Amino acid sequence: MLSRVANSLYWMSRYIERAENIARLVDVNLQMLLDFRNLDDATLNAHWIPVVQSSGDEELFRKLYPRTTGQSVTDFMVFNPSNTNSICSSIGQARENARMVRDQITAELWEEINRIYLFVNSPRAKKEWRESPFDFFSTIKSSSLLLQGLTDATIVRSEGWFFIQCGRFLERADKTSRILDVRSASLPEQGSQTVINQTDVLGWSAVLRSCSAWDAYKALNGAEVQPALVAEFLLLTDDFPRSVRFAVRHLNTVLRRISGIREGRFGNEAEKLAGRLLAELQFSSVDDILAVGLHNYIDLLQGKLNAIGEALFQAYIFQPFQTPDDNELRQQEEQQQQLSIIRTVGLR
Amino acid sequence: MTTPQPLDPFKNYETGAFYDEMVDSSGAIRPHYQQFLKHFTGLSPEEFAAKRTAVDLSFLRQGVTFNVYGDSQGTERIFPFDLIPRIIPAQEWEHLEAGLIQRITALNLFLHDIYHNQNIIKDGTIPAHYVMSAKHFRREFMNVKVPRDIYIHICGTDIIRDDKGEYLVLEDNARCPSGVSYVLENRRALKRTFPEVFEAGGVRPVSNYSEELLKVLEYTAPLGVAEPTVVLLTPGPYNSAYFEHTYLARQMGIEIVEGRDLLVRDQHVFMRTTKGLKPVHVIYRRIDDDFLDPTVFRRDSALGVPGLINAYRAGNVSLANSIGTGLADDKVMYYFVPRIIKYYLDQDPILPNVQTYLASEEADKKYMVENLDKLVVKAANEAGGYGMLMGPHATQAERNEFRKRIEADPRNYIGQPMISLSRHPTYCGEAEGFAGRHVDLRPFILYGEKAAIIPGGLTRVALRKGSLVVNSSQGGGSKETWVLYGNK
Repeated sequence: MLSRVANSLYWMSRYIERAENIARLVDVNLQMLLDFRNLDDATLNAHWIPVVQSSGDEELFRKLYPRTTGQSVTDFMVFNPSNTNSICSSIGQARENARMVRDQITAELWEEINRIYLFVNSPRAKKEWRESPFDFFSTIKSSSLLLQGLTDATIVRSEGWFFIQCGRFLERADKTSRILDVRSASLPEQGSQTVINQTDVLGWSAVLRSCSAWDAYKALNGAEVQPALVAEFLLLTDDFPRSVRFAVRHLNTVLRRISGIREGRFGNEAEKLAGRLLAELQFSSVDDILAVGLHNYIDLLQGKLNAIGEALFQAYIFQPFQTPDDNELRQQEEQQQQLSIIRTVGLR
Repeated sequence: MTTPQPLDPFKNYETGAFYDEMVDSSGAIRPHYQQFLKHFTGLSPEEFAAKRTAVDLSFLRQGVTFNVYGDSQGTERIFPFDLIPRIIPAQEWEHLEAGLIQRITALNLFLHDIYHNQNIIKDGTIPAHYVMSAKHFRREFMNVKVPRDIYIHICGTDIIRDDKGEYLVLEDNARCPSGVSYVLENRRALKRTFPEVFEAGGVRPVSNYSEELLKVLEYTAPLGVAEPTVVLLTPGPYNSAYFEHTYLARQMGIEIVEGRDLLVRDQHVFMRTTKGLKPVHVIYRRIDDDFLDPTVFRRDSALGVPGLINAYRAGNVSLANSIGTGLADDKVMYYFVPRIIKYYLDQDPILPNVQTYLASEEADKKYMVENLDKLVVKAANEAGGYGMLMGPHATQAERNEFRKRIEADPRNYIGQPMISLSRHPTYCGEAEGFAGRHVDLRPFILYGEKAAIIPGGLTRVALRKGSLVVNSSQGGGSKETWVLYGNK
């Protein structure tokens, strides 16, 4: 498969996953505000700034908007074209990548990407968002789920599929950890007996809801929301499809499907890093994480995920040509020939 | 209850002063259309409308579209398609086929001669300055051996018929002719629309084009490569013919690549794949010479592959078409094609040219500037209907403008008498019903081990009333082209 095609499939899939995650995050936090009283600027700020920070674009946000309100944050994270991580930008990028490889994906998948792209860029989208944010976000989420379903149901399980999966799981691991980071500041110190207050309980359940993890968490841990258990659930659960460990486990498997290297070994940097991260997640407990500090842990985790993405790019997309030393001379000779051709052209 | 009225498409049909493809001057239907009309006139107007809508929708859904240049929205449009096929009887096709093969054979010999000994110039058959001043003459390619001595592998020659029904060659497209995907897609659409006609037999198939093309490409592979890797080089998704590129690549089962997917090392071409670099042996390029290699041609080209031309000269990769074939479709060279055929093959041309005046010949130029109102004036190197004056339909100001341009740069202009192109019944909307519209024909000629032409081609139709311009970029549409096994 051409490297460019693999690259486009990978990013198409990442951007689809990104748009869906942002939609859930913003949607849940908007709804949560309905449970608050006394919404002054400081409360709003405390509520929204971590959400903006989770996408890593706080500086840009402060430059563009004077006040931090639900209105301004959603506008920034949903529609603003100068925010490269907004839903609009992500869907635009997903479509652009899909367009480059339109002959490689199914017509159904292309048509749906095209449909949601046309929707978010239409005046209808803004109107729907103003009148009923709930409907708006559920449109985005359903479309993303539809795209994932279409991918699962229609794409041939060949190399392209594995690159699509790589993009999906790498993005998912990253986004789940970022959503968790939104409330990491309100985690009680390890060993402290402080009971978390009502606002924080709402905040932590919003984290679960943003990852579609509320029901799965309740089934496992009961209805009481305990921050440490939430962190454990989202980072270390092996069988919840949006947990970091689950995503990394699948990422590790699909990486090996691309190269044909067995589990337990590695053939390139990406496989080495993914395998190492998986082992770390498999052999860590929540106490180990809290000992490092949740925010620090997530910071390190994101660095590792980025390194895997970078290594993947180096291994499959950008290939430096291996030139034996004695080729150097011949190459320069070639350049000489090229220069003489340029000279001939110059004469015309 | 009334029974649905069958279509009576030609009740008020007028052929006018033109040669009509379907109806002869006495108003009778020509024999090779009678079989089709037997089926067609059995349709009710409602059935006909339903078939039209179904075809348009299927083109849109599948993305059988072309991009409109200069439109920032990236608008994609379907190429309007008329359901009534243009039918060519076997006898006429044999004549066309013989003429086209004669022409491509002579043009390939001509290009080989020009890029080597230049005997045709030395013998005084063509003045040297016409060749040297041609925009697409590539002096960098003098004395370069090209695989199998084939320069033009794929040629799309535009054919028209005059008011007597004689087939004439209007121009040769010897660089990157496009449109063949419409030939194949139109056929599929019409087969779904009128299956019964195809069942009755008599129409020659076109679907083997992709196989034939792949054979030609593999035939030109560098010597010693047993299983050549063939790729199609496209300028990218924003090119107007991108649909065609993906279509042909998929049909041939080859990779579609952009310039940035390829790189050259040690004068060999490779493509970047997820499994490392893979050698490439034959490139069916749909990029113009100018953009192929920034180290040789346009240095600002971001579409090309640095070093590609060196690899080509070294014989490690083959290009189809070769470099410098644009010389053969220069409109001034066109004037000399009958002489070229005579010179290399010692034959008279089977398909005549349209009478042509060269502005760089003093007598011709005088005639041209004095008779601009009777002539079509064309720029020598432009395609797609750009840079053209339709004298009889132009305003005085437009004619004056062209008079100035001809005086300033006579080498770049030719003149031809206005030909009354043949017409073909075409559905023109509810108000007008079926009316005559001007058509041309672009068959696609493949030149490999031997010359082959798929029986058919792209019939383009000028949908605007009275218009003679059939290009897709200028309000043209297309028709299916049927070549029959027999003469009716």
